[in-house]
Amino acid sequence: MPHIVVRNLTVRYDGHEALREVSVEIPDGQITVVLGPSGCGKTTFLRCLNRLIDLTDGAKVTGEVLIDGENILAPDTDLLRLRKKVGMLAQKPQVLPMSIYENVAFGAWLHGVRDKKALDALVRDCLKRVHLWDEVKDRLFAPASQLSVGQQQRLCLARSLAVEPEVLLCDEPTSALDPISAQRVEELFFELKERYTLVLVTHTLRQAKRLADYVLFFYMGELVEHGLAQRVFSEPRDERTRAFLAGVIG
Amino acid sequence: MGELTWRRCKEALMQGTMVTAATLLFGSLLTLLAVVTVKGWQGMSWAMLVRLPKSGSYLGGEGGILNAIVGSLLLAVGATLLALCLALPVALLLQPDYAGRTKFAQFLRLLLNLLWGVPSIVYGACGFALLVALGWRACLLGGIIALTFVELPIMVRAMDEALRMVPKAMKEAAYSLALTRWETMRHVVVRQALPGLVTAVLLAFGRGIGDAASVLFTAGYTDNLLRSLFDPVASSLSPSFSCSTHPLQKCSDKPTPLLLSCSFWCFWSVS
Repeated sequence: MPHIVVRNLTVRYDGHEALREVSVEIPDGQITVVLGPSGCGKTTFLRCLNRLIDLTDGAKVTGEVLIDGENILAPDTDLLRLRKKVGMLAQKPQVLPMSIYENVAFGAWLHGVRDKKALDALVRDCLKRVHLWDEVKDRLFAPASQLSVGQQQRLCLARSLAVEPEVLLCDEPTSALDPISAQRVEELFFELKERYTLVLVTHTLRQAKRLADYVLFFYMGELVEHGLAQRVFSEPRDERTRAFLAGVIG
Repeated sequence: MGELTWRRCKEALMQGTMVTAATLLFGSLLTLLAVVTVKGWQGMSWAMLVRLPKSGSYLGGEGGILNAIVGSLLLAVGATLLALCLALPVALLLQPDYAGRTKFAQFLRLLLNLLWGVPSIVYGACGFALLVALGWRACLLGGIIALTFVELPIMVRAMDEALRMVPKAMKEAAYSLALTRWETMRHVVVRQALPGLVTAVLLAFGRGIGDAASVLFTAGYTDNLLRSLFDPVASSLSPSFSCSTHPLQKCSDKPTPLLLSCSFWCFWSVS
């Protein structure tokens, strides 16, 4: 059974239905792209997978999200364990108010890595994996807010990797970046999918075509179509998917 | 008159209003400062600051106001520390991460706003009633407790606002790293809001050190330095008040108001 199985997931915000009866299995070790026009429920879907939806006012969630067989929507779910396993990268890079080094080391430190040498090695390793090491190795203790937006987003990615997740959720992670930074982040995803299950929200069709192994297409809160990327892009079954791919809606 | 001319007129009119209002405000404040400084400077001396009052000191005699300076500082610092210990937890509780989204939090905010507006003499009178009930006499601790209640609403509300300015996305980033609410508050929210929190503390301190009414009944008065929390204590407003209202010229020329405004000046430049 794959890491993530979603069954009959419905989300209502104060009566308005943001997601309707979504059921899908997300394949492991691949990039699953969640595609659809703005306001179709993509982000809501993503936020259900690590229960960040709890922080949204008035959101009512029903159905099941099974991660490794455990329904994480159950009230007694250990949120810390869940969020350690399922990391998240936000749309706008959000560095913590501390140094570059601390941003990466902080999560791991709280999760019990107290040895200075191990932390140093971890920070170096994570920063190298996001190709940021050479740019920041001389100013590791400068405030992270001094980095450019593109660098900040890679730092956020390194920060997520440092707590050793198994799944990474990315909410339009390149939409706030300039084209070159965006390209670098995209390249990172290709490297990361070897080790992680990636779920990536985007509303740009071209990005989806570049990155996706598997596609979920949402429209007005409904999971309209899902399948292997090649199949969905070359022979979409639903009329709405066809319209979106042709640029008629979206 | 064309539409465009009328819009330009409005622009000039509003700008004029802003500049006039600002000039009036800063003009009066600067005049106040200048008067206090010039008048107070003549009576100012080192002896004034480091000596205790002698008999008849307020009638223009010998002696300084050390008792009042020390007293005011002890009262305000004590009350600010005590208020800080209570205000920060309450302000954190008021955040949406904890109880901030409940009716209780809304009620608490309303209550704090009301308490902010309560004249401090009311806190003084309540504090006095408490002292009587406990069988204490007016003392430093009594003054500190009364002053704490004056400072609390200001500190909590100012901290609440500072904490709420922390972007939600930043908190979500912390939660995504599997931080607990307390870890998020302690390492991310408080750190990010630190300048605002310091301002809150200084605001409350400024209110505390400038408040006379709440310590009038509760702290008492003494010409001497105190030895314990249960001794009465003078605040710098008492000599200031008794001097400036005194009919004798040489009494009302005492520079206590200068000292007071100096302390405010230093304090505001810090904040």
